[in-house]
Amino acid sequence: MRHIISVLMENESGALSRVAGLFSARGYNIESLTVAPTEDPTLSRMTLVTRGSDRIIEQITKQLNKLVDVVKLIDLAESDHIERELMMIKVRAEGDARFEAQRLCEIFRGNIIDVTPQSYVIEITGASDKLDALVNALDRDSIIEVVRSGTTGILRGLKGLHV
Amino acid sequence: MDLNGAETVIRCLKEEGVECIFGYPGGAVLHIYDALFKQQDIRHILVRHEQGATHAADGYARATGKPGVVLVTSGPGATNAVTGIATAYLDSIPMIVLSGQVPSPVIGSDAFQEVDMVGITRPCVKHNFLIKDVTKIAETMKKAFIVATTGRPGPVVVDIPKDITDPAIKVPFKYPKQIVMRSYNPAVKGHKGQIKKAVDLLLEAEKPMIYSGGGVILGNASEELTEFTRLLEYPITNTLMGLGAYPATDTQFVGMLGMHGTYEANMAMHDCDVLVAIAARFDDRVTGKLSEFCPDSKIIHIDVDPASISKNVRVDIPIVGDVKSVLQDMIEVIKTAKKKPSKKALKDWWKQIEEWRSLKCLAYDRTSKLIKPQFVIEQLYEATGGDAYVTSDVGQHQMWAAQYYHFTKPRRWINSGGLGTMGFGLPAAIGVKLGYPDADVVCVTGEASIQMCIQELSTALQYSTGIKIVNLNNRYMGMVRQWQEFSYESRYSHSYLDAIPDFVKLAESYGHVGMLVEKPEDVRPALEESLKLKDRTVFLDLITDPTENVYPMVESGKAHNQMRLPPGVIGDRELA
Ligand SMILES: Cc1cc2nc3c(=O)[nH]c(=O)nc-3n(C[C@H](O)[C@H](O)[C@H](O)COP(=O)(O)OP(=O)(O)OC[C@H]3O[C@@H](n4cnc5c(N)ncnc54)[C@H](O)[C@@H]3O)c2cc1C
Ligand SMILES: Cc1ncc(C[n+]2csc(CCOP(=O)(O)OP(=O)(O)O)c2C)c(N)n1
Ligand SMILES: [Mg+2]
Repeated sequence: MRHIISVLMENESGALSRVAGLFSARGYNIESLTVAPTEDPTLSRMTLVTRGSDRIIEQITKQLNKLVDVVKLIDLAESDHIERELMMIKVRAEGDARFEAQRLCEIFRGNIIDVTPQSYVIEITGASDKLDALVNALDRDSIIEVVRSGTTGILRGLKGLHV
Repeated sequence: MDLNGAETVIRCLKEEGVECIFGYPGGAVLHIYDALFKQQDIRHILVRHEQGATHAADGYARATGKPGVVLVTSGPGATNAVTGIATAYLDSIPMIVLSGQVPSPVIGSDAFQEVDMVGITRPCVKHNFLIKDVTKIAETMKKAFIVATTGRPGPVVVDIPKDITDPAIKVPFKYPKQIVMRSYNPAVKGHKGQIKKAVDLLLEAEKPMIYSGGGVILGNASEELTEFTRLLEYPITNTLMGLGAYPATDTQFVGMLGMHGTYEANMAMHDCDVLVAIAARFDDRVTGKLSEFCPDSKIIHIDVDPASISKNVRVDIPIVGDVKSVLQDMIEVIKTAKKKPSKKALKDWWKQIEEWRSLKCLAYDRTSKLIKPQFVIEQLYEATGGDAYVTSDVGQHQMWAAQYYHFTKPRRWINSGGLGTMGFGLPAAIGVKLGYPDADVVCVTGEASIQMCIQELSTALQYSTGIKIVNLNNRYMGMVRQWQEFSYESRYSHSYLDAIPDFVKLAESYGHVGMLVEKPEDVRPALEESLKLKDRTVFLDLITDPTENVYPMVESGKAHNQMRLPPGVIGDRELA
């Protein structure tokens, strides 16, 4: 099953490589990983998307917790949560393709954030499967470049992950 | 008071009560060596190879319970230390490794003797630090000691760039008494409800089994384990790392379990209905085939590291906490419980175990004209009154030492179990002897292993650490040869050691006493003579039967009840 693990950790150099190293050393898979400092600059928040049986996910969360830099973590998939990913996609936009790109962008509620006579950059935010759907809807040959941030997420309601 | 960075490092060690450190100098740590020169409080032991420094510090730590401290230079000094760091990591040994690093401004430029020590050691340390500011030394050292010694212990590397120890830069010294780390809070007390549930299950057992491991020794909980076991009157087995936590001479002890465990221990594991695992980690050398491990048993597991729990084997009642505290709580609950273990069931269970025990799975040929390795260990046990510190290397000799030296006290049996590092035994023995100068310290080794850190014989001379080296010389990498005999139709590919040195002359050239022993009747006198030479290091080169194998053996991928027994002993359920 797919899990989204949200980790609060010390904002120290090397903390990220400890997490990445843990995943490769123990053979866990990482689908995506995002990280940035929080409102408290001494803390970073990392969001990891991974897949595995319950046993593997249990080991992953335990091993992550064991890292001395990790302050706290939650598996978002276990509770009611919201997940989002940002994608920027550069497409050819000449002739008919220009209109088609615009139309799809509207349907998917994206924004066109860069315009040249030959191309658009579409910005879109949403759950990962929505982003996948846009990529699939576009003509393969029209896609010049796709940049995705990886998933981040947050719990619904009052509950939160903080120190 | 103002101190420079190098002085600060030494002062921190003093504040931590460190008495001796093991090291080897080089460019990046010269400021620290200069600070060492100017003080008397901390003794520095100069080894001959940085691997030796880590193993010696490790042996010191295992025997004394205090963290071992290592000091090495950058680059090759640091990489030479890695094997010893990994050895300590896999056996959860508290160790602080101070490594020099190139000056901060040139880090990352492939400077002379630069390696990314923090990167290289990341997968084999509990934690590591790179110090970036001279004002951060004290705080970092304090954190390093806290992390290395608490919870599940382990090695911590502190990488120190040369400019940080610059004698010209002085800062006020203040050593923090405690540091709260929001991201590091090892468990201590076990959950009351879980403890209650575990005791209920234990008292209902009809075929109970206690399986205890190295964590009991690390957590100084031998007394509690002994009280717990005696109170319940249940059978107990120890892992290789747990030997000595419960007296091996006691009738409730059924021997070691696992690959080279006793018949009775492995059969009892297979047939038990309630298993309590106490600070042991279900290693694959212990469990055998996982799908047939304790097939009919409910499992309770006490461990301070949540990640050890249900890692290899699903457990029914986990208890996360420090073993000493959890056992104390369990003993209280057992004492006040109304329920008592069924006398009848326990009697039947013991009857079955005695039957297994009567097989005498550790029997060996006592009439042989060749020296049998098992005989040497038995004689060693008697000659030392069972009271020596015994270190070992890795191989058959290690297993025989574990099986035939009946350890009755914790911290007496010192070996590399998790990494299985050949070369560990000699430097470890030096470390133990420095911790306990008056004790008998014996290194049981093989002619292959001993050559991996043989240079430390020179260290043993310099510091007059009178250790006894018992070399079970079978002219083979015996353990490898045994696997080749069993699994590769005796194709002894590269497991025979040609050109073995004359160990007697070798020992003598290092300034020690060498003795060659070739006949069984000379074993005991030689051992006694060597033990009498209190302050001398003695190398006993014992020429043993090259064909001897370690039994019983649960071969890889087999279940506990499928053991290979010594020739001539046929078990009722032996399937091999
Ligand atoms: C050639 C060879 C053959 C071997 N054959 C065997 C064999 O036949 N049988 C055998 O048993 N081993 C054997 N081993 C050793 C094996 O590889 C493992 O090292 C060993 O089984 C692990 O022992 P352990 O489970 O006690 O764990 P350890 O490595 O000692 O781990 C200790 C456990 O206790 C926990 N712990 C630590 N401190 C505390 C505390 N204060 N409170 C609570 N929990 C704590 C830790 O988290 C960890 O889970 C062999 C090794 C070699 C090299
Ligand atoms: C550094 C290292 N290299 C290789 C091995 C694999 N290995 C395990 S036991 C062994 C043979 C040990 O031979 P010896 O020291 O003579 O002991 P014996 O088994 O003969 O008692 C080898 C090569 C190891 N454990 N460690
Ligand atoms: Mg040998």
